Parts: sequence; structure tokens; C-alpha cells
Amino acid sequence: MTRSIRRTAWVSFLLFGLLFLNLNWLQVIRADDLANDSSNRRQLLAEYDIRRGAITAGTGADQVTIAASRETDDQLRFLREYEQGPAYAHITGFHSFIFGRTQVESQYNDFLQGSAPETLFRNLGDALRGRERQGDTIVTTVEPAVQQAAIDALRGQTGAVVALDPRSGDVLAMVSAPTYDPNLLSSHDPGPIRDAWESLNADPLNPLLNRSISELYAPGSTFKVITAAASLERGGRPSDTYADPTLLDLPLTTAQIGNFSRGRPCNDGTSITLQRALEVSCNTTFGIIALELGADALVQTAESFGLNSDLDFDVPTETSRIPKELDEPSTAQSAIGQRDVRVTPLQMALVAAAIGNDGIMMRPRLVSEVQDFAGRVVRQYPPQRQTIAGVATGQTVSPQTAAGLTQMMTAVVENGTGQNAAIPGVPVAGKTGTAEQGEGEAPDTWFIGFAPADNPVVAVAVVVEGGGDAGESGTGGGVSAPIARTVLEAALGVQ
Amino acid sequence: MKLFRRGRDTTAASAADRRRAFTELALLILAILITLSAYTLVNLAQSPQLPAGLLAYGGVLAALAAAAHIVVRRLAPGADPLLLPIGFLLNGIGLAMVNRIDFAVRTREGALQLAPLQTIWTIVGIALFCGTILFLRDHTILDRYRYIIGLVAVVALVTPLLPVIGTDFGRGSRIWIRVPGGFSLQPGEFAKLGLVIFFASYLAEKRALLSAATSRLGPLHVPPARAFGPVGLAWIVSLAVLVFERDLGLSLLIFSIFVAMLYMATGRIAYVAAGGLLFASGALAAWSQFSHVQTRVAIWLDPFADAQDTGFQLVQSLFALGTGGVAGVGWGQGNPELIPDVPTDFIFAALGEELGLLGTTAILLLYFLIAGRGFTIALRAPDDFSRLLAAGLTFVFSLQVFVIVGGVTRLIPLTGITLPFMSQGGSSLLANYILIALLVMISAARPAADASGVSGNLARVGK
Repeated sequence: MTRSIRRTAWVSFLLFGLLFLNLNWLQVIRADDLANDSSNRRQLLAEYDIRRGAITAGTGADQVTIAASRETDDQLRFLREYEQGPAYAHITGFHSFIFGRTQVESQYNDFLQGSAPETLFRNLGDALRGRERQGDTIVTTVEPAVQQAAIDALRGQTGAVVALDPRSGDVLAMVSAPTYDPNLLSSHDPGPIRDAWESLNADPLNPLLNRSISELYAPGSTFKVITAAASLERGGRPSDTYADPTLLDLPLTTAQIGNFSRGRPCNDGTSITLQRALEVSCNTTFGIIALELGADALVQTAESFGLNSDLDFDVPTETSRIPKELDEPSTAQSAIGQRDVRVTPLQMALVAAAIGNDGIMMRPRLVSEVQDFAGRVVRQYPPQRQTIAGVATGQTVSPQTAAGLTQMMTAVVENGTGQNAAIPGVPVAGKTGTAEQGEGEAPDTWFIGFAPADNPVVAVAVVVEGGGDAGESGTGGGVSAPIARTVLEAALGVQ
Repeated sequence: MKLFRRGRDTTAASAADRRRAFTELALLILAILITLSAYTLVNLAQSPQLPAGLLAYGGVLAALAAAAHIVVRRLAPGADPLLLPIGFLLNGIGLAMVNRIDFAVRTREGALQLAPLQTIWTIVGIALFCGTILFLRDHTILDRYRYIIGLVAVVALVTPLLPVIGTDFGRGSRIWIRVPGGFSLQPGEFAKLGLVIFFASYLAEKRALLSAATSRLGPLHVPPARAFGPVGLAWIVSLAVLVFERDLGLSLLIFSIFVAMLYMATGRIAYVAAGGLLFASGALAAWSQFSHVQTRVAIWLDPFADAQDTGFQLVQSLFALGTGGVAGVGWGQGNPELIPDVPTDFIFAALGEELGLLGTTAILLLYFLIAGRGFTIALRAPDDFSRLLAAGLTFVFSLQVFVIVGGVTRLIPLTGITLPFMSQGGSSLLANYILIALLVMISAARPAADASGVSGNLARVGK
């Protein structure tokens, strides 16, 4: 009996051994897979157990909280709330336990969640003191007054507005319309979240799309600024004269470039200065200039403004582009912002800002600093020059070229197509654009500019899809310039 | 018997006894300190103050430990000094975890508080532990009442099938009876002990007979069928009852304990082979006949195939264990409420999440220690009945740990049984305290005389 009991004992010891091995398998080898399994809600609950940091806009007395977390009795303890609703949706993004996070909520999640390396020691201290961990506050550069002006000005139309401070790259406004209410996606109720998600995705106007950075548009005539820059960079002057034909025959094809008012010259039919050509947005002249400069010069200047490079920005953006190899007809058409040239509104705001800032492009900055719950700065993001094609100086064109462009763009608002952007008492520099979408389709209308022209504190890009309220008869000067003026006024503090 | 022992070697025995008493006392104090730390940690995770009733709680634990310690040392001097402290510690950790789960569930839906009830069960459990030693004095008395005990065990198993008092609480297994006063009991937990006592007693007497192959069944030499009668009957009735009650875990335990004890009594591996064969065919039959068995097996093979429905519980358990990893997420920092039935069947997974591999290994080691001590006690026991009883109790205890821990860790298909001393619920706790009390008594027993129990039993066989 001793022997059989001893054997039985060994059998049960073996069973304990199996349990031990299996536990090691589960809690060491498979542990990470199990812990991070998408249907393991523990991570999620832990995440929602921390008061997520706020996101603010504006400074001083004007500061508003655009995202904050409120404690609830739900199993997910903290609810993300966006008091301003849709107004800042495309800046904050949403924070959804089903559909993840977007925009600032996503890019600065480590800080918002209080788990960035910078906060490690503070968190340890908090844990020792028994204080709850709290997320950090993200301070954005957005100016509520400018943001609101842009929202109001765009209302009802589809498009985007980006306003920057040319000196620092600060994003003063970033608006995309139509927008959505991020509260719908950030609730704790999966049913309504899914419903909201489905209807937002089914909406043909795609309100979830941030048009200011994630949509590519043909820049239309706003691109003539870059063509003009290419010319000035190569010794041209605003007073240089060019032929003023009614139509420009494109080499190698039977196609022609016409002016906006078809069948008419821009000036007297014989000659026109570069400045006047920009003022009236003369297609034929710019086609001629581009053919004279050649494709390489055009592409090079466009790239020096950041096209064909990924933008260094706080949130991911689409990359604006111009084909590197252009045949002659494409060169002429690209020079007036048609064909395959595609840009984001942010890109064009940066072009305007760089021109206003002596040719130096600053890195667009959406977040200026991160603060802890007591307002202490955890991390700062000082203004930086934009690195273009690996060069960190941010010098897009020479200061002389920038000055020439500023002079011509000021004339556009004073005497040309951009007069709707004029602000009494403040010199405004700008350029309109009306990007053809094809036969019978309403154009996308553009305006880029900055003010005051001599010492700019704000640059803006406005795009309105399908001519906005004006439809097929919409033009950059008619639809986008007034919006730009409203935004510039808000930024300048004039009414 | 006791007079003889004392007379024989008083000084040596008492010195060893004193050493054991000291060991037990020191371990009990350690168990109380660990339990109070656990209780404090669990409460600190909820609010930054020390729990209000910490001193009172420590006082109650100390009083319970002192009572059990005094009873053991007075009535079973020389008893194994590890069993009681380990059982007490497992009980304490279980209490802390039930308390912790209460917090998790309360914040969610303000449900029933289980910890106060479990504390009452702990007090009753220790009382029963003391009572067993006090009133039984000598466990060999059980040998005399084997048929009564066997009958009571079978009747206890049947009671949940009775109308009115029996119930399944809507959980599929009809294994509870309602006790006046709002309590419920699982008679199966006690019946399990009764069957082990009955088997031990019967097999100790008939083991020579069962070892001898006297008749032939075809090519096989088999013992006389008559010898199997009572144990076979008890066994078959138990299994039949459990099939109706749909209690897979207890069926498995009773089947295994029968086969194991038959083997331990006779040393004939043929019983294990036959048992294994029977188990395989029985399992196959059950699998082909019962959908709930098929579901269990399917979940075991791939719990993630239906992770939101049938596999949900096991998947949540595996998530908890994986999330815990090596060091655990910390006591009070996990989400035990995500696992259905966490305070009963799945308490081990909750411990695995918050205490990690370190904690689960420590807990397994505690069970392993009880198993080791139990088998040692069996090997040193003075007579066949005591040996078989100790070995049987230890085996059923170890196997129960294996079945439930193996189930929640997906080593084997899940069968809902309790984790000894830890699962919330009174019956299991009381039964396990009685089990430990029996082992304690056996460990203190000394040989009656030079003539060993073996010869005594052989003499009985000869009658």
C-alpha cells in the first residue's frame, strides 16, 4: 500500500507540475498577446480610469477648453466631452473606445493619458502619495475668435480655412466644413456611437474629413504666386512685360489656354506687366512665363515651398504635389494651378505665410505646450523653421523675391481680383483662385493672403468647394476673398 | 492507546510536540499578518485610508486561530503543524479576494456583499474544524460507522434533486439545497468527504480480497464481484445522481477518487487501467449524449471561437491571467468583475490578474504543500484505514485544485467546482476545514501497538 500511495502522490505532484507549467505559458509567454487582445477590455477600462487631460485653445482670458473629461458612474469612469461641440472637431479629433482616436486626441495621447516619459517621475510620486494619476493639458495655438470667425464665414458651404501666424507658424484657425459633433463618437454607449459613425460615413459631404489638411485640391490661380516666385527668383521683376494674347496655343497639342473671360486679352492685347498679370490673374501670360522658365524651374520653386515633401505638422497631413516631369503643355497648365498640381489648404496658407515672412517658412504649430494639472509646463514646442527637402532654414525664396511677391499680391487686393479681401486702413496681400473642375462643374474657389502686407501677423488660405453658395458662378474673388477678409479681421482684431 | 504512548516516551514526544506547537503558532501568526496585509491592500486600492475595522478584523482572525491552535495542541498533540496554518492562510487570501470583488461589483451595480457572509462562513468553518477534533477525538471511530456514513453521503447527493429544497439557482447544475434562513448548501461537498471515508473504511478491510484474483471473466482474472458490491453501488449511485444534477466536476472527482483509492488499497494497476477505460467510454458517451458536455469541450478546444458567448467566461479568465503577467497588476487594480462567476469558480483567475504569476505560483505552492503533507501523513499513518483515509482526502483535495485551476487556465475542459478554501461559498469552506481536521487527527495518531494495522485488517479479512 505504501508503494501505491507513493505513486498516487507522485501523480498528484505531476498534476501540480502541469498547472505550474501551464501558468507560466499563460502568464509569461502568452501574457502580452492576451493582455493586448483587442477584445480584452482591461486596457480600455484602465485607460478610462484616468482623468484624461484637457485640450485648450487661446491664451489668457480668451482661453477656452475644447476637450475635457468628466467623471461618471459608468463602468468607463471618465467621459470625454467637447463643450464647443463641432467647432473644434477637426482639431481635437474624437476619443472613442470603439473607433479609436484622431487628430490631437491621437497624436498627443501619451500626454493626455499622463503616460508620457516626461511625466514618469511625477506619476511615481503621485502613486506613492496615493494621488490619482491625471492626464496633462494640451495647449493649442488656436485663437477662438479667429476660429469662430472662420466657422461663421464658411457656414453652410463646403470647404476649409487655415489661418497661421507667419512669424511663428502658429495655427490660429483650422476649420473644415461640414463638421461633426465629436461627442457623438466619444460617448460610452456603443449603440449610438455606431449609429453616428455609420451616418457620418454615409454622408456624401464626408464631415469626418478634415479638408484643411487631409484633402488635396487643384490650387487654381493661387498657384500663380509660385510661378511668379519662380520668375522673380530667376531675375524677373514685377515690371517685366510679357505678351498679352487672347489665347495661348499649347505646344505639341491642339489645346489652348484661355483667359477667365474667354476670348479677351488681359490688358490691351499687346503687352502686360507681370504685376498686372497677377492682379487680373492672367492665364495666358502665366502660361507664357512658365514656358519661358521651363518645367524644372517651376517644379523647383514649388518644391522650395514644400510641395512633394511631407509636411512636418502636429497631426498627419496629405502631401501637396506637383509632377516632377512636366511636358510643355503640362508646364503651362501647372503654372496656373490646373492639371495634376494638388495642394492642401494648409500648404497654401504656408505659402502665403512664407511670402509674408521674408520668404522664411515656419513649421506650422498647432500645440505650443503641454501643462500638468497644476498648470506647470511639462513640455514646450517653441516655434521652428520648417524643414523643406531636408534643409532646415525654411528659406523658400529670397527676401527680395518675397518682397516682390508681397508688392504684387498687395496690388491684387487693391486693384485686382482680390478686392473683396480689402480691409480699410490695413494693407492686405492676397491672391484669388478659381480651380476649374471640368465641364459643367462648379469650380473650387480659393483665396490666400496675409495682413498687414508690410508686417504680417496673420496668413490665411480659404477654399470653398463647388463655388460655395455662388455655385457655378463662384470665383475666388467672389466667394473666398470675403471669407478670408473676415478671418483676417478677426485675427487683426478689427471689425 | 494514548496512555500507552505517553508512558512510553513522554519527554521526547513532548519536546517534539512543543516544537510543532511553536511552528504552528508562528505560521498562524504569519498567516494572519499576510491576511491583514491583503485586506489592507485591497481596501487601500479603494480609498487612501486604512480600513476602519482592521484591528477588529485582526482580532477575530487571532481569536479563530488561537481557538483552532489550542484545540489541535490539546487534543491532537504532535499533529502536523503546517496544515492548519496553510488552510487558514488560503482562507484569508480568499476572504481578501472576495472582499476585493465586492468592491468591483459594488462600483458597478451595487450588488450583494459576499465578504461579510464569507467571514461568517470562516468562523463556522473554524468552529467545525475544532468541533470535528473535539467530538471525534479519534478518527478511527468513523471506521465503525462506514455504512451509515456511506448512506448519508449518497442521500446528501440526492437531496438537490428533491423538489422545493433542491435548486439549481438557474445556473444549470442542480447541486444546491435551500436552508432556512436564506442560506444554501452544496451537499455534494460533504458527500465527497463521506464517500472518501466510506471507501477508505471498506477498502481497508476488503483490500486483500480485492487484490486477489479469484474468478475469471474471459481472459481476465477478476476479484469476486461480491467484494465490489457496496463500493460499486455507492459509486454508481453517486455518478448517476451527478449526471442528473449535471455536476461534471463532482462526477469527475468521485469517479477519480474511487479508482485512485481502489488502486491505493490494492496496488493493482489493472483497476486504474479499467477505470481509465471506463472514464474514456463514459466521457465519450457523455459527450455524444449531452449538449452541455459538447459545449464545454468545444470551448476548451477553442475558447476564442465564440469569445462573446459560450467562450466568454474562459476567454475573460485567460485575459485576466495574461493581463496579470508575471508581477500582476496589483491588488485592487484589476478588473475581476469582467469574469462571470468570479467569486466562486473563477477566483483563481482574479488572483492571477492582480497578483500575477508570482501570486498564482505562491498559491499553487501552498496547495502543493498541503498535498505533500497529506501524503506524508498517509504514509506514516498507523493503520490501513487511516492511511487510505489520509491518502484519499489528500488526493481528492489535490485533484479538486487541479480540476478547477486546470479548468480556468484551459489546461483541461472547465468543470465548475470550487477552489478549496478560496472560492466564495460556505459548503466548500466547511467541508475543507473538516477535511483538514481529519488530516490533522490522522497526523497525530500513533501506532496502537507493535502489531500493525495491516495484520489487524488481514485478521479481519480472514473472518
